[in-house]
Amino acid sequence: MWTIFHRWASPPYFYRQSTRLLPWLSAICALLIIAGLIGGLILAPSDYQQGESYRIIYIHVPSAWMSLFIYMVMASSGAIALIWRIKLAEVMLVASAPIGASFTLLALLTGVLWGKPMWGAWWVWDARLTSELLLLFLYLGIIALYNAIDDKRRAASAIAVLALVGVVNIPIIHYSVQWWSTLHQGPTVTKFGAPSIYIGMLIPLLLMALGFMLFYAISVLLRARTELLAREAASRWVREMLEEA
Amino acid sequence: MNPQRKRRLLFIGLLIAGTGTAAGLALYAFNQNMMYYYKPAEVVSGEAPANTTIRVGGLVVSGSVHKEDESTDVSFVITDLHSNIRVQYKGILPDLFREGQGVVVRGRLNKEGIFVAEEVLAKHDEKYMPPEVADSLSENANGTRPQ
Amino acid sequence: MREFFAMGGYAFYVWTSYALACVILAWNILLPHRVHKRFISRLRRRLTQRTQA
Repeated sequence: MWTIFHRWASPPYFYRQSTRLLPWLSAICALLIIAGLIGGLILAPSDYQQGESYRIIYIHVPSAWMSLFIYMVMASSGAIALIWRIKLAEVMLVASAPIGASFTLLALLTGVLWGKPMWGAWWVWDARLTSELLLLFLYLGIIALYNAIDDKRRAASAIAVLALVGVVNIPIIHYSVQWWSTLHQGPTVTKFGAPSIYIGMLIPLLLMALGFMLFYAISVLLRARTELLAREAASRWVREMLEEA
Repeated sequence: MNPQRKRRLLFIGLLIAGTGTAAGLALYAFNQNMMYYYKPAEVVSGEAPANTTIRVGGLVVSGSVHKEDESTDVSFVITDLHSNIRVQYKGILPDLFREGQGVVVRGRLNKEGIFVAEEVLAKHDEKYMPPEVADSLSENANGTRPQ
Repeated sequence: MREFFAMGGYAFYVWTSYALACVILAWNILLPHRVHKRFISRLRRRLTQRTQA
């Protein structure tokens, strides 16, 4: 386990392996999302209360899950970067931020589009919506802070601290619908016991969630590779790789 | 782990514990402000502030909805299964507004104890299923319940 | 088919959501891909300049 971890933490190994991995990840991701879309838009039945409008769930819920998951990846990378000063952890932290912000924005926008026809309001300031909006500002703050500091290693340490401070918001987002009264309903899938969703509606949701997870992997690898090259531009493995091709 | 790394780990632990405690205390102090709506029981018992605009959330009692002909005036009763409040509203109701479903109404209580709403929002639950499944579930529930 | 696109009257809300998802996901692939390609060609140019000098 540790040897695999150490090997992947080495920039040349990471770069070479990710080149090989990317086409495979892209193919599986495309298949999962196509299957999820067919399942969600065509095969899944309409909802007994919300009719066809509930189909926004197949974008909204996976994006919202990813907005939390990517933040946890960033906080863990931040901790690793601060303790062990591993370059790759810094790179993952930096590369994840714009993708996390994108998924948070997508979750908020699709929520707005779902809220208007069902609740009767585009936006309300309840605990769930407000804490998710705060998450978007956290992501944007992390991106802005990184770009404001010229020394990129110091910039990475600074955003690692910010990411770790912001991690307190993650349980608040998740439990907001249970701790306080909110307009947003409680959890359907991520709770103890059986999910309160019909199986034919749940399967496309899980396919989309897996597809989004792989999408994040692809996007973060693309960004991390550029970031890594920028930091290692003077090193021998980069020169050798450029000469090889 | 060397002492320097141990020190950094301790720093991270304290950082998270510190912000966690601060956030926890702040949220505990502002607990009431974090609530989006009051329950009907809190309004009836006087726990909710009177003579000001508040939000109240509850279920629409089946059979309580009265619509005036040729106008958008509507009145209905909301309940939290302890207390009931009659609500008056003039306007368009959201698509999900239904008897037996949750709503959040914003407005104030008048002297007669009727809640005059300026806004009605529908609150949906966390259940998703096709109509056939919902029908068979309610049939089963009716079948087992002694009439 | 028309029924499918109508989404039971919620066409605007459903299809706007899917369109937004499409735009945001595409942006997250195309932009990093282009930045990476540009960076490689810049590095390569710098390398040839150095070997010629």
